[in-house]
Parts: sequence; C-alpha cells; structure tokens
Amino acid sequence: MEKFERHQGAVAPLDRANVDTDLIIPKQFLKSIKRTGFGVNLFDELRYLDEGYPGQDASQRPLNPDFVLNQARYRDASILLARRNFGCGSSREHAPWALEDFGFRVIIAPSFADIFYNNAFKNGLLLISLDEDIVDQLFSDVEANEGYSLDVDLANQRITKPDGEVLTFEIDAFRKHCLLNGLDDIGITLQDEAAIRDFEARHRQARPWLFRQAQ
Amino acid sequence: MAGQTLYDKLWSQHLVKERDDGTALIYIDRQLLHEVTSPQAFEGLRLAGRRPWRLDANLATPDHNVPTTLKERAEGNTGIKDPVSLIQVQTLDDNCESFGIEEFRINDARQGIVHVVGPEQGATLPGMTVVCGDSHTATHGAFAALAHGIGTSEVEHVLATQCLLAQKMKNMQVRVEGRLGAGVTAKDIVLAIIGRIGTAGGTGYAIEFAGSAIRDLSMEGRMTVCNMAIEAGARVGLIGVDDTTIEYLAERPFAPQGELWDAAVAEWRNLVSDDGAEFDKVVTLDAAEIEPQVSWGTSPEMVTNVSGEVPDPASAEDDTVKHSYTRALEYMGLSPNQKITDIKLDKVFIGSCTNSRIEDLREAARVARGKKVADNIKLAMVVPGSGLVKRQAEAEGLDKVFKEAGFEWREPGCSMCLAMNADKLGPGEHCASTSNRNFEGRQGYGGRTHLVSPAMAAAAAIAGHFVDVRQFAANDDTQVQEA
Repeated sequence: MEKFERHQGAVAPLDRANVDTDLIIPKQFLKSIKRTGFGVNLFDELRYLDEGYPGQDASQRPLNPDFVLNQARYRDASILLARRNFGCGSSREHAPWALEDFGFRVIIAPSFADIFYNNAFKNGLLLISLDEDIVDQLFSDVEANEGYSLDVDLANQRITKPDGEVLTFEIDAFRKHCLLNGLDDIGITLQDEAAIRDFEARHRQARPWLFRQAQ
Repeated sequence: MAGQTLYDKLWSQHLVKERDDGTALIYIDRQLLHEVTSPQAFEGLRLAGRRPWRLDANLATPDHNVPTTLKERAEGNTGIKDPVSLIQVQTLDDNCESFGIEEFRINDARQGIVHVVGPEQGATLPGMTVVCGDSHTATHGAFAALAHGIGTSEVEHVLATQCLLAQKMKNMQVRVEGRLGAGVTAKDIVLAIIGRIGTAGGTGYAIEFAGSAIRDLSMEGRMTVCNMAIEAGARVGLIGVDDTTIEYLAERPFAPQGELWDAAVAEWRNLVSDDGAEFDKVVTLDAAEIEPQVSWGTSPEMVTNVSGEVPDPASAEDDTVKHSYTRALEYMGLSPNQKITDIKLDKVFIGSCTNSRIEDLREAARVARGKKVADNIKLAMVVPGSGLVKRQAEAEGLDKVFKEAGFEWREPGCSMCLAMNADKLGPGEHCASTSNRNFEGRQGYGGRTHLVSPAMAAAAAIAGHFVDVRQFAANDDTQVQEA
C-alpha cells in the first residue's frame, strides 16, 4: 500500500447523498480477477451516456457533459467531496480500487458506510468525515472557485483551505498509523501468530463443534 | 452488573487480542467464498507466499455469475457464455483446488447462493463468527452467529490469519412486538424497519432483532430480516437462539451430532441477550401496524405501504433529501402522489439471498396457484436459492404451479438481484423484485426495481401492477368458493 502523509489536490464536488457502491462501479466490471484498471469505469452510469461493458475502448464512448468529473475544471481532481452515507451497499472492494485507480486520494463527506470505510483505508484512500455544515460550506467554496484545492495533512489531522483557514478531523490511531507507513495489515496481524494459535487451541477445546467437517 | 447483549457475548468469545488503539483481533470460525470477491485475495496470498491458516474453516460456491437456464447449466462451466464470467468461475474452481478448499461447484446439488448454502448445510452455526466477501453476510446472524460482510483485502486477511481486524460496534435493538397481519411477511418487517430508521440508521451498530413478531418467524423469515440489516447500514444483524433455531439445525451435514450436538445445544441456549442488557439504541415497531411494503425509489429507505403513494419531494425534511427524492422519481419514471397500485410492471423476479428459500417459494406459489401471469409482464422468473431448495420445491410440486401460471423456473444463483449474469432489466423496465437493493442500475442499466415480499411479487405478476396481496388472497378465496 502506498504511504499517505500529506496530499494537496484539486477538489471535485459530487452533490449526492447515499452514493452506493453499485453507482461507484457497476456490477459488470466486477468480473475482473485483477485489482487494477477500474478507474476508467468509475461512476460509469453517471459518466457516460451509453451502457458500459468490460473491455470497451472508453475513448470512443459518449461522455455525459453534465457529470462533474467530465467538466474540465474538475478533471484533475484528487479529492472528492460528497454527501452523507457515501459508499453504502455492497462490500465490493472494486469501489475503492476504482476511486484510487481514477486518481482520488481523499474523500470528504459527512458520513461513510461501514464496509466501504474499512475497504478504502486498506487501499491507501483517506476518508474524512466532517460536520454537515462544514461540508455544505466546502461545496459552496468549490463551486465558487475554479481550481479550488485543499492541503490535507494526515500526521497533524489538519486540512488547510486556500484562504489559510484550518479544519481539523478525527481518525482512529491504527488506521492513521497504517496509512502513514503504508503498512500491510496481514504482516502486522501475523506478528501475533502465537496469540492466535493459543486462542485457537482454547477455542477448539471449549467448542469442538465449530471445528467439525461435514459428515 | 448489567447483563450482556448477544453481540457482547459473541464478541468476547472470539476476542484474540485487544490493542491499545481500540482495534481488536477476532477469531473467525467460518469463511464463505464466491467467485467475485475472492480471486484478488487468493492472488494476494500467492504473491506473498502465504498459505490459508485453516482450510476447513472455508467453504466455497460460485453464485453471482452463474447462468440460470437449464440449457446453459447442463453444460457446466462451459455453459457460461460470457468469457469474463467464465474466467471468474474457473478461477474459483482452480483456487479451491490448488489450495485445498471445499467447493460446491456449478452443478453440485448443494451449489447455490452462499447465504442460502451456509445455513442449509449447517455450515453456519450459533456462536460462530462468519465472514464472506459479500455485504449480505448479515443473513447468518439469524442463527446468533456474528456475521460480517467484508472486502477482498479482509478475505485475504482471514485466509492468511483466521482473524479479522475489527472495532467493537455499538448495540441496537429493534423490537417488533405483536402479531403480523395475514399476508404480511418477514420482508415487510425489514422493509418497514429500514423505512423507519433509514439506510444509514444502523451505521456503526450491530442490530439485534427481537420481540414476539421476530420469535414467531421461521428461520427462513429470520434470515430475510437479518439479510437486510446492511440496507439499514448495519454490518451485523442478530437474532437470539431458541427452539426454532435448534430444530432447523438438527441433522444438517455440517452440524454436530450425538454427544457433541447435546453439548453444543446446551451452550447455544445461552446465545441470547441477558435480561437487563443495555442497548445504545432501541427502536420498537408494532407488528400489527405493518402493511405489505413496496419500495418506490432508488434506496431501500424509499419504501412505503402498498396502500400508499409515491411521496412529493416538496414535503421532504431537508434539501439533501429533497434532491434525492427528485432524482429518484426522475430515474424511476414516477410522479409525486402517484398511487403505488398504479405502478405498471414489466418484469417480476422471485429469488436472491433475501427471498429464495423454500418458505419464500411456498408463499409465492400459494398466490400464483391456478392463476396466469398478466399479459404486460414480459418475464416472470423464479430462481431457487440452491440446488437443494430447487429439489425440495419440485418435490412439493411448486415448479408446476409456477410454470402453469407462466413463470420461468430457473437454476440456482444470484441472478437478477444484481444482474451479473444474463438475467437483467432493460432500460426503463419496472420490476417487482424480492431482492434487497433498488439502487440505480442494480438489476440492469436503466432498470427500475421495486422491492417486495415473495407473495407481493407473485400477486403483482398476476395483476400486472402492484396489488395488496391481502385483498388479492381474499378475492381468491371467493373465487374458489364460487367454483
């Protein structure tokens, strides 16, 4: 996983609540057995005017000019601003893979769905929850100022606006640690291998029926 | 000392290690695998030179991509016409074979939707932790198992370490008290709950469903309720153990037998919330007030009574909701204040991990018996949740009831719930669906999904539009008497 320390980038506003993972990456693209290449189909149904299918040449597809990421001013955005309950629905990790592959490093919204939240951090995406009124203000700022960008400092949990105003945010210590150091969860967990073996032996003794094969 | 909730008990029974930063390692007893969310996890294991921690904790079956027509299924994997889907199913077969994981392959009678197969096999047991790379893993909570939907990185993590990194959730209890009216089912209960608390109402919580109306449900009905906990934002849904749970599990292939069964049952009896257990939030519904539900929008919280109307965005509580409603009505092709029973339908889908078990098919067949699917319905399909559900339904003659009424009787799989195979809606088509998500494009590009119970879906297929199944059943009785 790529390390995340500090990121400055342009902001794109996606003014929509309950953005679900079907909308982030539709099911026909989940057939891939790879982790990469999903960016071109991020928000496929909003982004293009035709129906997408795997393996298409995206450069030949008609773009929806009304969709925010198709507008020149937001094309290079790496910070996505969204509304409440972003990422609800299915557990598909293809959703954060697509966002990351497209070029997003940070998503700011009033709230996120639980499974998506977990999945995103495992892929080097930083999700930041801010109060609804602060998010409202950011939407106004972004829309009023072309090229609006934010400076996100994970170590200090601070976001600096172009006018110098600083917003602070919360993040749990473990996720922050993993992101700052680009750490692989599995490697960390296996440092506790002895504790897991120990637990497993006790658990097996107490509840042997949980370790049984079909008869 | 205050009593423990069921969730607290399951959590502490599986806690391997708590870290200072608030995260914990919890031990996982069962992982269910399917073809869509596992290939990258196996690939990750291979790249890191790791082996699965405990092979016998895993059970796999392909479900999302499999075709559902008899003709295609007769050819096994080669019947999968989409080459990309075929690779995914073959990759699951190859991974299970090379790592040594038990798999029910495409034409094994035990194949089916993971969340139907696990309980049916007794591979889901009370007191287990269960994970699967699928958000509807909450289903297994109906057995007092702590069941989480997880992402692919977590699938790999569980394969490699037999543990999940987790943070303890808050406890919510949803009590449904009293008796359901005739024609009102588990699906209506859970849709009514989501309508009440909203699609993010359960975020951060494990929801325990309780109360007399929940106790009165069969295991199939309880699975329907827990299945949709995620549609209320909760990763985990739970129901305490009682006689219904234990009776369902007896003699299942993976369930313990003999003395081990007795010992297990004795412990399972404790898998209920203690009297006086404290919940962070309690929501109560009166079962008698729940009507058959129909979703009108593009989020499961956009749901109302069959006797109701599509809402007017002008009456929404805030701007965000108003925008959501306006966009939903536009996508769904509906007008404010339109009566639900005036919504014309094009297709009907009875199936999915929410509603494809034997009881669901019985309820739908009861409504469809001796009737004909309306002319305006282009396709009405019934997709059993597993090969064993299909076999049972055929033994009861339900397949004949459906076929005579004009429904297609299909082979098991996820099918049109998410339309990864050939079963899908066309642009603008309205579908009465017993599945769990009505998101834009979920059942096909431009498709319009209305979530309902199996009985409501069957009644809608016969009428060609939504009808109140309670009145429908009453008319049916009259006709029978006259004949």
